[in-house]
Amino acid sequence: MMALAETGFDLVLCAMIATTALLAIGVRDQFGAVVLFVVYSVFLGLGWLRLGALDIALAEVALGAGLTGLLLFGAHARLPASVPVPSGRAVWPAACAAGGSGLALGWAFLTLPEPVGLQEAVAANLGTSGVENPVTAVLLNFRSWDTLIESIVLLAALIGVWSVARDDAWGGQPGLRQHARHGGVLANFGRLLPPIGFMIGVYLFWAGSSKPGGAFQAGTVLAAVALVVFMGGAMRPPLVTARWLRLVCVAGPAVFLAVGLTGAASGVFLGLRPDLAKPLILAIEAVLTFSIAASLALSVIGPPEDPEDHV
Amino acid sequence: MADVVTYFMTALGLGFYLAGTVAVIRFPDTYSRLHALTKADNVGLGFLIVGIAFQADSWMVVARLALVWGLALMAAGITAQLIARTALQRQSP
Amino acid sequence: MTSWLISLAVLLLLSLGGALWRVWRGPEPADRMIAAQLIGTGGVGIVLLLAAATDWSMIDVALVLALLAAVAAVAFAKAQSADSVGDPEEE
Repeated sequence: MMALAETGFDLVLCAMIATTALLAIGVRDQFGAVVLFVVYSVFLGLGWLRLGALDIALAEVALGAGLTGLLLFGAHARLPASVPVPSGRAVWPAACAAGGSGLALGWAFLTLPEPVGLQEAVAANLGTSGVENPVTAVLLNFRSWDTLIESIVLLAALIGVWSVARDDAWGGQPGLRQHARHGGVLANFGRLLPPIGFMIGVYLFWAGSSKPGGAFQAGTVLAAVALVVFMGGAMRPPLVTARWLRLVCVAGPAVFLAVGLTGAASGVFLGLRPDLAKPLILAIEAVLTFSIAASLALSVIGPPEDPEDHV
Repeated sequence: MADVVTYFMTALGLGFYLAGTVAVIRFPDTYSRLHALTKADNVGLGFLIVGIAFQADSWMVVARLALVWGLALMAAGITAQLIARTALQRQSP
Repeated sequence: MTSWLISLAVLLLLSLGGALWRVWRGPEPADRMIAAQLIGTGGVGIVLLLAAATDWSMIDVALVLALLAAVAAVAFAKAQSADSVGDPEEE
């Protein structure tokens, strides 16, 4: 009975994910596509849950439904009202190419040998990693190289976003000047959310060492909270030239790299001594959480745009 | 006993959810859909959470469930207000 | 109990199909957003049902989903205002 219910759930969920994806591609106006993308992330998050990947479900829900949705809504608002949708013959070759590569990928997947996986290797060494959550153990210890590069990629993305600023606007506050009715719903939400959101963000970081959660999920939540504060007009974003802001963005990767170098001094770059692993991982994650939050929020707000904003 | 409460409350919650969905499909205009939805599905979520809380194995779980409902209620209030205003503005620019 | 909870989750998921139709159909942006919020709240409910049926630590996903649903609504309202950085409540 239970297996039946679970199979039924998985089948319905697969159908919903596929339908939403098709609708998002097929819908003929931009706004509909944006909303469908947000909805798609919700269903996809449920899919990750069913696969037992709670960390990815958290990231999918926070990044896909939350931050990317925010980015796309903003982008839609600033695009011209109607961009003509290509139609007719031009679509068919693209559809055939996409369908063909999809089939090829499916075939390749089915012909691959059954993967052995690394779960046993991770479980066997979990004791030396310093944390109890196997995902955090992989991200911050066994394969911390990847995570280090990812945190640097975020920085590079922010530099890319800033580099498209106009010369006369550079040095001001990022984005356009946000405003809201004084005492209105939006303004009050910008004041109500921070304490709750901050608590949830810190909780996710702390939970990461033993349960699903961690620096990326916590950083995303904190970034979303900061964006609501800015959008509610309760606070203005800091100047892009502020030294403390750049310090916050760089601190995470820098601490990560420094810990990695001390490891190199004793033999292995990014190697953590088992007895020091827990405090080192917590230190890296704590700083990284704020760096990720700052870089993500600033990337979503965009480069400075208002030449009047120099103060 | 706890199981009976769970069966009852979760079924009730699902009923409100379904009512909300029917409203979103069937109601004739934006405002009535908004009105029906922001109440119905949060009452549904509330009953669902009460029902599930009777299965919780610790008070920490109950506290987190309560926090989820609090957040959902707050979000619904803000969402309803902002979406309604947006729709009004589009109608009479 | 587990199969009851998961069966409820299936019904809830099916009902979200109706909301999905409304997202696709519109006609107003507000209609799409309302339906998306319904899917968000429904998603929270489904996550909680799955959490009760399988693993309580899934509640954290529901927590984040509930929090960010409100953020998406704020972004929507902002984006719909005249200069894309305003507030629909401003005169």
